[in-house]
Formats: sequence, structure tokens, C-alpha cells
Amino acid sequence: MSLMSQGVELSARADSARIEPSLAGVDDFVALMKPRVMSLVVFTALVGLLVAPGHLHPVLGFGALICIAVGAGAAGALNMWYDADIDALMARTAQRPIPAGRVSRGEALGFGVTLAFGSVVVLGLVANWVAAGLLAFTIFFYAVIYTMWLKRRTPQNIVIGGAAGAFPPMIGWAAATGGTGLEALFLFLIIFLWTPPHFWALALCRAGDYERAGVPMLPVVAGTQETVRQIRLYAIALFPVGMAPWLIGAAGPLYGVTAAGAGAIMLGLAWRVRGSGREAKALFGYSILYLFVLFAVLLVDHVLFGPWMAGAQAG
Amino acid sequence: MDKKRDGEQSDRGGVVLTEEQKRRRRARSIAIALVLGALVLLFYAITIVRLGPNVLTRPL
Repeated sequence: MSLMSQGVELSARADSARIEPSLAGVDDFVALMKPRVMSLVVFTALVGLLVAPGHLHPVLGFGALICIAVGAGAAGALNMWYDADIDALMARTAQRPIPAGRVSRGEALGFGVTLAFGSVVVLGLVANWVAAGLLAFTIFFYAVIYTMWLKRRTPQNIVIGGAAGAFPPMIGWAAATGGTGLEALFLFLIIFLWTPPHFWALALCRAGDYERAGVPMLPVVAGTQETVRQIRLYAIALFPVGMAPWLIGAAGPLYGVTAAGAGAIMLGLAWRVRGSGREAKALFGYSILYLFVLFAVLLVDHVLFGPWMAGAQAG
Repeated sequence: MDKKRDGEQSDRGGVVLTEEQKRRRRARSIAIALVLGALVLLFYAITIVRLGPNVLTRPL
């Protein structure tokens, strides 16, 4: 290599290494935290915190919820940092801040790591270190186990990775009680078993996107028929688990009746799914409502018939 | 004044921000200030709640 070509190469490297002024707006950093996912995390964590038998001062409870929300946001930012290459290939994600060129990968990584450490440490100080440990594990699970390891390797990615989304009510419970329990485990299981039919209904509609990006989602790898079969299996498993808080005496009949009705509708919609048509979209939309209704009624049931939970604890 | 400074930076080969970049930087700065202010209030309230009446009790 001649001296001149070496000089040209060094100059090109210096140009690429130059730090450009950031184009990121405040809304881009908000988008990095996946606010829609965050809202579900905050809601389920709030329910876990409020139905738990322990007592947490409202100010500390509010602080704990902020920490859980920020921790979820950190996991979202780290996910977008790592997945920027495949996000650029999918229509649904191409306009996210990194692939759209408004935020650099370095900015997203720094943002995510800072929020992750901050949220875990503050939750430990505000509530307790069991809750903080669970939050740290959740962020690690989503960013490393799901995003870096499973997502691009196995069609079971969202089954195992779904655990990350299922932890928030358990973290809320731990923030209030300093530990976990059978009731918290069932709240975890409800979201864990809800995740596959929820995401696979979406994946059926977006299979082309995932195929183009090389993400081995179930409809891409195993086909529509197998995906529909597995959606139905998980919907069947979800039905009794959705009713479990009532069955173990941790919730009252209001919750039991609601869970039975909502679960039956979920089963019915799962059975109507044949492919990527309206039925899959209907199941996806309803699944969000299902989870919201279940947790909302659990909270209402607790407020109206609080002794159910106390009875379960005494028993 | 700002234009003069930008001109001087440009002469020295420094970074010159566009109006859009300046607007976004200002928005980020305001957001950071608001978040820091909210954190100060939150940590103050949490400290008072956690320490309670013992907040002024210190060994001499």
C-alpha cells in the first residue's frame, strides 16, 4: 500500500470517526423507551404492588413504579440499540429513531445503560433489594437473553423471552412485600402464557417483515398452520391460569367470572384464526384488552373485596 | 453574538450547528433540566418518608 493510499484511508477513518452533532429530539429518546410497552409494564406492576399483602407508603410506591417504568424503558433502548440493523429492514420498525438516523447507536446504548443502572439502584433504595434484583434480572433477560441470544436463533424466542414482560407484576409485588409468593407467580404465568398467542397473532400478519429481516418467527419457520395450532394450545393453557387467582382464593368471584368470560372469548378468537387475515388482527387487538381487563378487574376486586387476599394469606 | 461565534468556530474548522440542531439541543437541555428537577423533588420526598421523624435525629 502506497503512502498516498494510506493517507487517504486514514483521512477517511478520521472523517467517519468525527462526532456529528446529535439530531435527536426529546421525542426520539421517549420513543427509545417503547412507551406503549412501558404503559403495560407500569399498569401490571401497579396491580402487583397494590394487590400484594404488604404495605408501601404511596410516595415510595410511586417512586418504585417510576423505577420499574424507567427500567422497562432501559430494556427497550438496549433492544433498539442491538436490533437497529434488522429494525431498518422491517416496515413496522424502520421509522424507529436509530434506523431513521435521528439517534446514533452510541447514544441509545449510553441512554439504555444509564437508565438501567439508575433504575435498579434507586429501586433498591426506595423499596428493597429483592425488587431491585428482579428488575435487574428482567432488564438483563430482555436485553441479553431475548434480544441478543434468542430472537435471531429460535422460533421459541418470544415464548422464553416473554418472561421479561411477565416479571413486572412480580417486581411490584416484591416492592410491597420484600419477596414473592404463589399469587405473584400466577400473575407472572398469566402474562407468560398470554405472550405467545399475542405475538404470534401479530407475527402472522407481519411474516414478510420478519422473513426479510431473517428473524425466525414461528410463522416464517414453521408456517401458518403450525402457528395457528400453537396459538390455540397457549390459549387453552391460558384459560385456567387466568382464573387461577380466583381458584386459589386470592381473588373474589367478580374476578373469577370476568376471567372465565374473557378467557372464553380469547379461546373463541384463537379458534377463528386461519391465517394472516382479519381474525389474526382481531385476536391481537383483543389480547391487549384481555390482559388489561384481567388486571384491572383483579385490582377492582381487591379494592371491593380486599379480604379475599387477606383470607388467602391467612389460609 | 451567536452568529459571530459560529463564524469564528467555522473559521477554526469547529462544529457549526444548524438551526434545527440548535432547536433540538435546546429541547433536550430543557427536558434534562425538568427531569433533574423532578428527581430532586422525588428524592426529597422519599428521604422524608423513609427517615420520617428521625430525619433530624443525629448522634452528637
